[in-house]
Amino acid sequence: MNVVPAAPEGETHVRLLSGNHACALAAIAAGCRFFAGYPITPSSEIAERLSRELPKAGGVFVQMEDEIASMAAVIGASMGGVKAMTATSGPGFSLKQENIGYAAGAEIPCVVVNVMRGGPSTGMPTRPSQADLMQARWGSHGDYPIIVLAPASVREIHDETLRAFDLAERCRSPVVLLYDQAIAQLSETIPLDAADKRAPVERKWASGPREAYRPYAADGDGVPAMSRPGDGYRTHMTGLTHGEDGFPTQDPEAVARNLSRLFSKLEKHRDIIDSWEALDCKDADVLIVAIGISARAAKRAMELCRAQGVRAGLFRPITLWPFPEQALREAAADARAVLVPEMNAGQLRLEVERVLGGKPVEGLNLYSGEAITPADIAGRAVELAKEA
Amino acid sequence: MFIDTAAEFDVTAYLRKETMPHFLCPGCGHGIALRALLWAIHDLGIDRDRLAVVSGIGCAGRLSAYIDANSFHVTHGRPLAYAAGLKLARPDLEVVVITGDGDCLAIGGNHLIHACRRNLKITCLMLNNEVYGMTGGQVSPTTAETRLTTTTPAGNAEPHFDACALAAAAGAGFVGREVTLHVPKLKELIKAGLEHDGFAIIEILSDCTEIFGRKNEMGSSAEMMMRQKSELRPSAYRDTVETPFRANDLPTGILARNDRPEYGAAYRQAAAAAKNGAR
Repeated sequence: MNVVPAAPEGETHVRLLSGNHACALAAIAAGCRFFAGYPITPSSEIAERLSRELPKAGGVFVQMEDEIASMAAVIGASMGGVKAMTATSGPGFSLKQENIGYAAGAEIPCVVVNVMRGGPSTGMPTRPSQADLMQARWGSHGDYPIIVLAPASVREIHDETLRAFDLAERCRSPVVLLYDQAIAQLSETIPLDAADKRAPVERKWASGPREAYRPYAADGDGVPAMSRPGDGYRTHMTGLTHGEDGFPTQDPEAVARNLSRLFSKLEKHRDIIDSWEALDCKDADVLIVAIGISARAAKRAMELCRAQGVRAGLFRPITLWPFPEQALREAAADARAVLVPEMNAGQLRLEVERVLGGKPVEGLNLYSGEAITPADIAGRAVELAKEA
Repeated sequence: MFIDTAAEFDVTAYLRKETMPHFLCPGCGHGIALRALLWAIHDLGIDRDRLAVVSGIGCAGRLSAYIDANSFHVTHGRPLAYAAGLKLARPDLEVVVITGDGDCLAIGGNHLIHACRRNLKITCLMLNNEVYGMTGGQVSPTTAETRLTTTTPAGNAEPHFDACALAAAAGAGFVGREVTLHVPKLKELIKAGLEHDGFAIIEILSDCTEIFGRKNEMGSSAEMMMRQKSELRPSAYRDTVETPFRANDLPTGILARNDRPEYGAAYRQAAAAAKNGAR
């Protein structure tokens, strides 16, 4: 059941939704039938909306006793074969990290929404921030790959939520949907037309005789077929390092092979994982690299720059992790200066510096709980263009 | 077929032979608990394709890998939370949790009390061996006062939990306790727990001979088991004696029971009513 009904052929339905509501409705459209969460500002609207919508769609909503239990319940539901999601914000995202690592290691598809608010610690619950970029990538212990999507508008939250579920199922990986409080609670109209009606991706399920099934053996795409309780495979899943049979092993060769496969699994799906927007990058005096609400400010800043005779381009990663390295290198090829405006102390800048190896990268950082304005970005971009 | 004595039950039909030899120490009571669980499953004719065993971390947590069923060895302290998601998403599954005293009562304590309160049909076996065995024998929430562990070199000074009283106070639909000394009784208790339509927790008093017993000079496994009904956990269980075994008033069997509505069924009923516009 699609609760954001795609319009019939030739018609467009326009909905007014906040980012969080768009996320909740798109989750149901993507086939999500389980949500476990714990109240936290500024993500609670997702839980509230799904507590109403999921039962109507034949799904289950549960408010668990804490953030850790919410993440655990989501993984438990997904182990049962049901598409599942949770939503949280900074402190809750920290608490979920151990189980996110479990989902990565045991390869259990799930979607985790982190609406970024000011930090560290309890921080500013009602103020926007972009300070969880690195935590989203590296938050759990050990080496593991993960997919992180960073939408910048209500429309894009809708679309990226759909894509988050598809990628989670296709790659058997946790997928983090990372956006800031400003977009989460911003209401925008989103037109939905027939093109929005699409069949959600189904997990690759085990088939064939039980004796031949190897739970963590993968074919060419690196993704093992998953068994579902009740299908007769009687599989073992564990957070311990495991061999292709799913049972714990510390055999160095088996351990290394499995972890290598985890990383190559996502690399083999970069064609469907990677997503970015590149605007006016060719011949740009200054390339601005930004995500979320800062990228929206940057778009307006580009106009302000143009009015002052400075050509500014924008590179906006929509998939933040794995980072679209090649696309950024191409976008930055002509740029004389690179500016990274972000609402943190310089997390995206670290990655941009790494990717552009040697090219000077300037940060514009604001961590006061306010959004960066177009005038701030344009002012610094024009200065950089003159210095360059 | 109902089997009357433990010796007649062929446990090997329910074990994954490829995971043998198991890693439990000689004398460990956990194998007896595992056998009792599988015997109960056999008696009830539970379809192993529909049996999901979720376990946490620690010696007890490793047992799920030995059971020829759908098994999930999850993070430390969280098996009840994983099981809640699994049971809500898949009410057709028979969900059993195997956990230990540290996993269930320390790091997972919050999940235990809310599992008792929520009342999903999950059967939780809490194997209480009074110690963190896998990590080398540290004090646990059920270690009796004065006991020596690797982190209580002068003897444990902290009071310990009575897990059954805790579960009953939190509203568990079924609370039971048994010792590994009495296998048929333990099997019958697990059966009653599995048949209960709601959350059932069964505390199984197990023995950690190699680590806890050795450090406290408690003798062989057999001697430790004989003490299960006498001098073990003196304050909570109201019996301190010098003699190795005598019948006592350690409360075992079904200790608390209520028939509150099972949460998953109640949720689905309310959802169906909402869908039909009842509210």
